[in-house]
This record gives sequence, structure tokens and C-alpha cells, in this order.
Amino acid sequence: MNILVCISKAPDTTSKIAFTNGDTQFDENGVQYIVNPYDEWYALVRALELKEAQGGNVTIITVGSAADDAVIRKALAIGADDAVRIDAPATDAYFTAMQIAEYAKGKGFDLILTGKETIDYNGSQVAGMLAEALELPFVSVATKLDVAGSTVKAEREIVGGVQEVEVATPVVISCAKGMAEQRIPNMRGIMAARTKPLTVVAPTALDALTTYASYSMPAAKSSVKLIDPNNLDELVTLLHNEAKVI
Amino acid sequence: MNLVYINSANGLSKAALETVTYAKKLGSDVAVVTNGGADSSVLSTLGTYGASLVLQDSSLDGQDPGQLVKLVAAAAQKIGATTIIFSHDLIGKAVAPRLSVRLKAGLVAGAVALPEANGNIKVNVFSGKAFGYVKVNTATRIISLLPNSIQPETNSTACSVEAFDAQAGSSAIKVLATKKPEGAIPLPEAELVVSAGRGLKGPENWGIVEDLASALGAATACSRPVADIGWRPHHEHVGQTGVAIRPNLYIAAGISGAIQHLAGVNGSKVIVVINTDAEAPFFKAADYGIVGDAFEVLPRFTEAVKKFKAAQH
Ligand SMILES: Cc1cc2nc3c(=O)[nH]c(=O)nc-3n(C[C@H](O)[C@H](O)[C@H](O)COP(=O)(O)OP(=O)(O)OC[C@H]3O[C@@H](n4cnc5c(N)ncnc54)[C@H](O)[C@@H]3O)c2cc1C
Repeated sequence: MNILVCISKAPDTTSKIAFTNGDTQFDENGVQYIVNPYDEWYALVRALELKEAQGGNVTIITVGSAADDAVIRKALAIGADDAVRIDAPATDAYFTAMQIAEYAKGKGFDLILTGKETIDYNGSQVAGMLAEALELPFVSVATKLDVAGSTVKAEREIVGGVQEVEVATPVVISCAKGMAEQRIPNMRGIMAARTKPLTVVAPTALDALTTYASYSMPAAKSSVKLIDPNNLDELVTLLHNEAKVI
Repeated sequence: MNLVYINSANGLSKAALETVTYAKKLGSDVAVVTNGGADSSVLSTLGTYGASLVLQDSSLDGQDPGQLVKLVAAAAQKIGATTIIFSHDLIGKAVAPRLSVRLKAGLVAGAVALPEANGNIKVNVFSGKAFGYVKVNTATRIISLLPNSIQPETNSTACSVEAFDAQAGSSAIKVLATKKPEGAIPLPEAELVVSAGRGLKGPENWGIVEDLASALGAATACSRPVADIGWRPHHEHVGQTGVAIRPNLYIAAGISGAIQHLAGVNGSKVIVVINTDAEAPFFKAADYGIVGDAFEVLPRFTEAVKKFKAAQH
């Protein structure tokens, strides 16, 4: 089974979020990048489990610059076999998805996995775009994934519940919690990652469909109003009369 | 004309009414395209919110995003739509990106407001820690609207319902089983949420959380460790790596307020925090705080809510 796992870098969850250049650019100063948790914990780990059980190959792919190689090596250390980097900044989800589609076309991947969203731009866009560009079925926000031959059984989230579905490979699947458990790379994995193949591919000429024109921070909360733990009637009255939420 | 996609297979959700309201506020006529066999008397009520036309393909059950994208694309072509709106729910997240590629039209995923004067559209970024303003570079734009971002508003319009055959082919996705807890409110759509964390000490103690939720008519949620240890189901996990929500009221009991938790909930309009530790970081993000023991405060809170509700009748 050949599995392609799309990974994105994402700022560490404790990063200070700030903007520069008149609030038009994310301030990367002092920001540590990690592999986007959904891509790493669920998509990549489940791909490795399937490979370990059934044989095959796990390739990771990212769209980014040489600065992102550290994040790629981390995913290799967890156990991916090889890596591809499309050498261009990921300007928007469409640009990113089309670059990956261009690479994946005709390569015979049985499964193409992504995380359900990135924790920086939270768009949930790349997987669906890839499926459309490659004319493949798409299982979105899957929480379980099993493969037998060319039959995929997955559990996916639906509005207000979950659903078990069956679909044939090749298929694009976006992965969420429940599918696998995070793996911590060991020393052997980290050493091996240094020599695993990382292919750098030139991007196809393509325009982004959207641009982040600017950013802003939410207004600071005014300070908390403390309520006497013995007077919950007061809280209910405030929620009704002052906050008007009940 | 603006086009709105709605899944009406299970009736009209609040999120659906929000999307029609949003489309109407953009300032042109609104057409709706929908799958499922809902009665035309149900669908025509969308006129109350500003829709003048509903195109219904009752042959599609809405399970395969690959079919739904063909449905929406065919409807967009039929009416010459320049703006296409989805709810940013589990169906919208699966279909809108496909449509973006199919029509080569820019997608604003998770809009939280109407476009600014310059046309840019506000979205949450960094899991709610900041906002971004997205500019669409194409003539046709697609917007998926985060649930609870605007309230449905009436704008009575004469509305006709037409059968529409999108010829979307067969479904590539076979549904084996569907599990929907009866009566549960889907977390992303809930206006009121009661959430609890490790401070509740064990799954057997969740009764007091559920009691408050049912007194309020709220959904329940939890912090990540609580879902990780299996005290609560995964779909209740809110935060940066869980569900991001923006209810009107978020009540957090026994949750410390770590940055990753706050990221998914700080879009809530009002936050109430109950914690024994007056130094818990969550108080800095709260509107109302109670320094106290959740085991005592939650039952009292429930009683106070019941008393209030009884007095209202
Ligand atoms: C990459 C990454 C992603 C993460 N993503 C998320 C996420 O999406 N969502 C999330 O929630 N967390 C996330 N976390 C974890 C987060 O950092 C915190 O560890 C977690 O939120 C803490 O959960 P908690 O508040 O329930 O537990 P604790 O931090 O243990 O806090 C328990 C709180 O309960 C209080 N308490 C104890 N007893 C009582 C009582 N009787 N009555 C009232 N209060 C009481 C305590 O004072 C304390 O404040 C993430 C972490 C990382 C590293």
C-alpha cells in the first residue's frame, strides 16, 4: 500500500501570536515550528500503523521552503520512509493543494491523508481541494481508518454524530482524533531520519485564489466579575439581565 | 444572485437559516440549492429569511461530497451565482473546498462576519487567538460561515421551490451505520455550553455537569486530558486541537485555562469560570468567575437556573 501523508508546519501551540508590517504579516520572531498536530498524531501515525501491518510505503509531502526541512525531518524520525518538498511558500490552500495534486497525479497512491485542519489558518481546505483536483472520493474528518485490499472502512464525524462508511481506494481522507495515538520519535528514528531521501521539487506556476490582506487581535477582556459561590442566584440574574445570554 | 447550499435531509438547522440571512445581507436575491426530500412547504419557509428560489435535488442523500459539489456547481451555473455560501459545518468543510477547485473560485473558510467595506472577510486564525481578513482574488467567491456568527433574521420574500436534477452520478461513499445521540445538541452549533476538566476528578462525577447543561438546554464539552483518558467522548474535546466553538455562553468548571484550551473557546461571547484556584489562568479570560468547589457550585448553579426558569413561566 502506498500512502501519501500531507504535512504542514504550524507554530508551537504556546507561541505568542503577533503581527508585523502594519498587521499584514505573522511575526515569526521567536516562533518554534512543529508538525501540525492533526497531520502528525493522526494522519502520519495511522499511515505508519497500516504500513507496519500490511507493508507498503509512507511518503510525506509538504509545500514550503528549505526552512521547513526541520519539520520534515521530524516526520521522518517518527517513521515515514521518504519525503517530498515542493519548493515554494504555501501562499494559500488552493496553491498548496494544487501543487500536491500535481505531484501525486499518476503516482499510484492508494491513500492520501491529511490532518483535519492546521492549527494556524484552520481552513480545513487542502484535503477537499486535493480530492477534487485528483477526481477522488473524499472522507472528511475521519476518526477511524481501516484498509483491506482496496476497501477502506472509516468512521467520520457528521453534524451531531458519527458515521461508518466504506469507500474504494484511491481516496483522500482528512484525519482527526480517535484514529491513532501520538508517537514520540526515538533516537534511532532521529538518526535514521537524517539519511532518508528528501526530494525537492520545483513548483508549477500557479496563482493563489485568496490572500490574507491583514490581521487583528481580539479586544482584551475587561477584568472578571467575581461572584460569591453561595449566591448563584446573582450569577443567573447577571447572565439574564446584564450579559443577556440566558 | 447569491447561492446558498443547505442540507435539508434532516430539516432546516439554525446554521442553515444563518447562511440564508448572511446571503440576503450581502444585498442581492438569494437562491438556495439543497439535497434531500424535505417537503416543499418546509423549504418555502426559507423565504421568511430572504430566499426567493429553492432548487431541490431530492435524489441526493448528501453523504458524498463528490456528488454535492456537482449539485452546487450546476445550481451556480444555472442562476449565474457570483457568491456561494455554505455553513462551515462538517458538510461545508467537505464540499466548499471541492467547489473552489471546480469553479476556480477563492474560498473564505470560516467567515465570522459580513465583508468589510473593502470586501475583505474576517475569519478566525491561530485557532481563535487572532483574526485574519481574507481578500478573494477571483470574480466568483465562496464563503463558508462559522456557525453562531450571525443570528437568523426574517426578511419576508416570496419563495418558489423547484425540482432540480443535477445529474450528480452515483455515490462513491457507502454508509454502513450512523450513530446520532438522541436529542444531543451538536457542539459547534450550541448557543450554551457547559464544559468541565480534570478538576471533576472522574467520569462518575459528570452527572452534576449534565444536570446544569440540561437545566440550561446546553451542550456539554470537556478539556483535552478528559477526552484523552476516556472520561468523555472525543467529540466533546474543545480547544486548539479539538473543536473550536463560539457559543453565547461558555461555562467552564475545573478547567485551568491553558492557552491551548482558550484558543478553542475564547470566541465565546460570555465566559463563566468555576475553579477552586483563584490563580487559575482561566479567570483572566472570564467575564464572571466563581472561586469555589465545582462539586458544590454546579448543583447550586443548577438549582438557581431551575428557579429562574420556573419564575419565567
Ligand atoms: C500541542 C498541544 C495541544 C493541546 N490542545 C488542547 C486542546 O485542544 N484542548 C485542551 O483543553 N487542552 C489542550 N492541551 C492541553 C492543555 O495544555 C492543558 O493541559 C489542558 O487543557 C488542561 O486540562 P484541564 O484544565 O482539564 O486540567 P488541569 O490543568 O489539571 O486543571 C484542572 C483545574 O481544575 C481545578 N480544580 C481542581 N479541583 C477542583 C474542584 N473541586 N472544583 C473546581 N475546580 C477544581 C484546578 O484548580 C485546575 O485549575 C494541549 C496541549 C498541547 C501541548
